[in-house]
Amino acid sequence: MGWTRKDLLSMRELDAPEITLLVDTAASLQEIASRDIKKVPALRGKTVVNLFYEASTRTRTSFEIAGKWLSADVINFSASGSSTSKGESFIDTAKNIAAMSPDIVVVRHSSAGAADLLARTLPCAIVNAGDGAHEHPTQALLDLLTIREKKGHFEGLHVAIVGDVAHSRVARSDIHGMRKLGMTVTVAGPPTLIPPFVQELGAKVSYRLEDAIGDVDVIMMLRLQQERMTAGLIPSTREYARFWGLTLDKLARHARPDVLIMHPGPVNRGIELAPEVADGPYSVILDQVSRGVAVRMGVLLLLAGRKAGDSA
Amino acid sequence: MSLLLRGGRVIDPANAVDAVQDVLIENGRIARLGPSLEASAETEIVDATGKIVCPGFIDMHVHLREPGQEYKETVATGTRAAAAGGFTAVCCMANTNPVNDNAAVTDYILAKARVEGLVRVYPIGAVTRNLRGEELAELAELAESGCVAFSDDGRCVMNAGLYRHAMEYTLPFGAPLISHAEDATLSAGASINEGVVSTELGLPGQPAAAEDVMVARDILLAELTGAHVHIAHASTAGTVRLVRDAKARGIRVTAEVTPHHLVLTEDAVRTWDANTKMAPPLRTKRDVEALIEGLADGTIDCIATDHAPHALSEKEGEFDRAAFGIVGLETAVAVALDRLVRPGLLPLATLIARWSRDPARLLNLPGGALTPGAAADITVLDLDAETTVDPSRFHSRSRNTPFGGWQLRGGPWMTIVGGKLVRAASP
Repeated sequence: MGWTRKDLLSMRELDAPEITLLVDTAASLQEIASRDIKKVPALRGKTVVNLFYEASTRTRTSFEIAGKWLSADVINFSASGSSTSKGESFIDTAKNIAAMSPDIVVVRHSSAGAADLLARTLPCAIVNAGDGAHEHPTQALLDLLTIREKKGHFEGLHVAIVGDVAHSRVARSDIHGMRKLGMTVTVAGPPTLIPPFVQELGAKVSYRLEDAIGDVDVIMMLRLQQERMTAGLIPSTREYARFWGLTLDKLARHARPDVLIMHPGPVNRGIELAPEVADGPYSVILDQVSRGVAVRMGVLLLLAGRKAGDSA
Repeated sequence: MSLLLRGGRVIDPANAVDAVQDVLIENGRIARLGPSLEASAETEIVDATGKIVCPGFIDMHVHLREPGQEYKETVATGTRAAAAGGFTAVCCMANTNPVNDNAAVTDYILAKARVEGLVRVYPIGAVTRNLRGEELAELAELAESGCVAFSDDGRCVMNAGLYRHAMEYTLPFGAPLISHAEDATLSAGASINEGVVSTELGLPGQPAAAEDVMVARDILLAELTGAHVHIAHASTAGTVRLVRDAKARGIRVTAEVTPHHLVLTEDAVRTWDANTKMAPPLRTKRDVEALIEGLADGTIDCIATDHAPHALSEKEGEFDRAAFGIVGLETAVAVALDRLVRPGLLPLATLIARWSRDPARLLNLPGGALTPGAAADITVLDLDAETTVDPSRFHSRSRNTPFGGWQLRGGPWMTIVGGKLVRAASP
């Protein structure tokens, strides 16, 4: 099957064959990273705009490298020091950028629904690079690619997503993607950080780290943001680290020996992850980052290819 | 000057009338009702056969935005929208700029209404100065100037001690406090209802308890003070239950519900359309069912639109930054007739009572009944009118409605204020 969508907005809207196509495409592009000359002409003459309204190093760089390795012209637009500080609205800025005829706009925004809004407003392809606490589909895809490489398959695997699930777009995208590929997902954290009705998205819930990590193939640790404490959701980072931080000791006592440790980054060392776990043998955190470039190449290629196919 | 409405079905719940009758209007007042009335030669005769003739509809909760936000709405455009939508009177909320927390602003609104208003306008005064929730507005002077109720609508008076004093201070005026029941600590940062949709969309939600907690507080304060508190825009099953219990215990509490909370649920937010964003938010199917039941059994006293005009630029951007609220005056009657009366969820006579007799009673307003001698404020409905909601044709200055494109059967046909036609009969 081929890719038919104009945009990549969420994992929720994709079906299993579409997800598999995205993961397969990314897998086939991975070897470019090990070439001497990291460039293929696939997107020559295409323009990709990275429209980033929220601070991001990893994701923006990843999209930029992906576009450049595919020979696209990549333009980075970040909200600070630009028209937004002069009071221009998000929609107006986006329309102005669209008037310069980009082929693909990659958008990161702190407001949930921002990517959908652009997709409805602009004629070009939109990639959601994270919208508020809604979704971050390319992160889920790189998580899936990493898991398949390490475990060889998806069906039947069990993943624990641990931490601030309520405010995590990664958790939402992961839950949708993993469930559609036949995996079991347990979300775990203090009840104030677990969103209501998350079971209706297909996830199980646990309020004890030791229970949650006991029988899983993958542990996905989420970043804890400091502002959750001032909002009264947790008493202190100290207490959080004690009960929800993943340490070598807890892993040894409760987890399987072949468990994978993942994290969407950036890591709060010593809070959700002990440094020796982040850097330890179970950790595939840097593998996730490298797979990220391949996933974004795949996404850009499929979205641009759909356009070419239409005009042919 | 006289006008005869010939052959319509008159439904006047206040006078227990439901019969085919003529209605004769003379000098702006209802002269007579009865079968086959005689009319003088100069009387204008309107054939209302097959139409429903009712007391003028009163919308006790609108935002006319004047003074201060005339780019959203004015007294002139808002009352035109009201007339077009079948309303003969509106009560306008105090969150203007400057706030209607003093007699000068009330006088200004009433002066505007006299000159430019197409329907009757009853201002609602603020409870606290500048809606800050810190000190009482000059409530006696507001009442004297013509305010028919007091409300900080848009904000909740979080200080229970101050709200208690407002209830006590206004007791002699016979005007209720209208409560925007929303505990700000439970709704902080929220755009929508807290539930499965907020979890799926990653939008911050506020639980039904944010409303219920405040409704419970207001009922307890009404019991303490003996004051009349009116719950604005009820949105939860909990509010219905609390108000029902309080009424059974003889506490002076009344409530209103909007058409959108009666026909839409949080599922509508999945479109990311900011016209599904309002306070209180759209809730669940269970809440909608409880609200309809409460409206039918009299727990909820009236329907009010919470007509809240906003410019396109305030609604087209990011969902969490969009303004709260939707317009309602020009869709309310048609939506209610099509989605509540036609499927049999609410008897027609109940709908009419909740929009005429009951708001008039609870605010001590003239109107709400077709009694000979009363001002001729009359709404005529056409239950067979087929319309497709087209926001570009609204009389309101704003277009922020979630009902655009809805095909509706039944709607206002003619609106008469003081004997004057302010909405001509539809073709």
